[in-house]
Amino acid sequence: MDNRLLIAKSEPLWNTNNKVIFLVGSLIILLFTLPLFGLNSFYLHLFIMIFMHAVMAQSWNVIAGFSGQISLGHGAFFGIGAYATSFFYIQYGVSPWISMPFGILISGIFAILIGIPMLRLSGHYFAIATLLIGISFQVVFQRWDLVGAASGLWVPMTSEDSWIALQFHKSKVPYYYIFLIFFIITFFIVWLLSRSKLGYRLRAVRDDPQAALSLCINVSNYKIIAYVISAMIMAPMGSLFAQYILIIDPDRVFNIEISIIVLLITVLGGIGNVWGPIIGAAILIPISEYSRIYLGGTGGAVDLIIYGLILMVICIFRPDGLISFVPKDILERKKQR
Amino acid sequence: MKILSVENLSRSFGGIKANDNISFKVEEGTILGVIGPNGAGKSTLFDLITGYTKADHGKVEFFTKNIFGLSPDKISNLGIGRTFQKLKPFADQTLLENVMIGSFVKEENIKKARDKALEIIDFVDLIEKRHHFAKELSTGQRKRLEMARAMAIEPKLLLMDEVTGGVDQKTIPGLVELIIKLRKSGVTIVTIEHNINIIMEISDNVLALDQGKSIAFGSPKEIQNNKQVIDSYLGTIDAA
Repeated sequence: MDNRLLIAKSEPLWNTNNKVIFLVGSLIILLFTLPLFGLNSFYLHLFIMIFMHAVMAQSWNVIAGFSGQISLGHGAFFGIGAYATSFFYIQYGVSPWISMPFGILISGIFAILIGIPMLRLSGHYFAIATLLIGISFQVVFQRWDLVGAASGLWVPMTSEDSWIALQFHKSKVPYYYIFLIFFIITFFIVWLLSRSKLGYRLRAVRDDPQAALSLCINVSNYKIIAYVISAMIMAPMGSLFAQYILIIDPDRVFNIEISIIVLLITVLGGIGNVWGPIIGAAILIPISEYSRIYLGGTGGAVDLIIYGLILMVICIFRPDGLISFVPKDILERKKQR
Repeated sequence: MKILSVENLSRSFGGIKANDNISFKVEEGTILGVIGPNGAGKSTLFDLITGYTKADHGKVEFFTKNIFGLSPDKISNLGIGRTFQKLKPFADQTLLENVMIGSFVKEENIKKARDKALEIIDFVDLIEKRHHFAKELSTGQRKRLEMARAMAIEPKLLLMDEVTGGVDQKTIPGLVELIIKLRKSGVTIVTIEHNINIIMEISDNVLALDQGKSIAFGSPKEIQNNKQVIDSYLGTIDAA
């Protein structure tokens, strides 16, 4: 056998960088120990929001970054997750831990039902269609009396902290750990996905659907698979958010802003890269939260102006997102030559 | 044994007959060259066979299976690979990743798929470029990439659209050598070529198209002496 081929075959599958492993390990340990240093309520909330938005952006990254379909209505799956948990808890007293998988399942089913007709569309047609789907969910829930219509649902508070009811009133620390664990699990699921046969095939669909067809890839089916996975990652964040704030209404959980912000986070951090949503959330969410503190209410929309400016700068100077600042030899897919 | 039989395959775009009742057969293990002037319908013929464009009518058989009307992914799954006239590499992925996407068709295991992709990349003589992104490769290298990627699905029949088109003269002999090497590995080939010398050198049979019609089918020698082919495509010294 050719010597060069032997060398190539002896290379590890992934260019696993020890520095990155050490950095990730240290970061996980730091995040787990952070509350022990007596973080105040605001900082706990800030981290919870970062974890939640990183997962939501990771969800969007699967459909947009991996399979190349720009969804502008992804907030719908967040809302479905939120309503599934709250509704079953209020109506039947079902623990959110049990209704959460149900919300994930419903989101997956809706993704199939929406995806089958929608994913035949491509490019901006798909984006516009998903935008309308996202808005229509908000409109339907605003008029649906069974789920509280425009007033939404108020989750009854437990008298004590309860892991079963997923309610904690004395401290945000339990929420911090729950969101952190979901954040880590999602990261590893998407990381594994990007390195799987499915990940390779989704990237083929993204880069050139025609060429993908010539390699036995059913492009429509793979787009639907990506959409379903993406929806199922989004839904539990809705469920956890509902238990975190205990009041949900269509304007809050089906808001178009949710769909836009996950897009902004992913594009800022780096679309199609598992690190992108984390970097994006770690930068945009603090801007949003601090602008609320200093400007009051919803931040006087200054956060959105800042988002817009940052995004313009990124699109012009760093179209691959902030992840492109990381040296190429550290990124696993860009192997040493 | 016949690997591909095409009968009366037709496709019109508006009033233009891109392919008009095309019929031919390809024997297993041979190379069929397809020639014709620009707009003769050569690439359309590939698109019709591989399901990228729906034919108006006709019949396409792969061995004995009727593949008319099947989708491109189903057709490729049966063992028909193809390359494209306008190259379609997965630009933001490395050469190795491009070929691995093909090798995943027969290999579930990621290590085995990687090793198989490396063997094919070595076969097309690009092993040193395996970690280069497709967009960084030259046109000739991207042609090899497409051949490697198509080979990775282990096709029995490979349709190649202008392998030597758009590359410099120095690159052409290597690509021709590769086509011959491919045939020797047992793959049946149908290739569209503008370079008539190459077609005559490598083909067992030649199909000549003009304005969507099949004007001749036969051995390279027969085609070279066919008056209609000379008039419409090859030309004569007098005509020049």
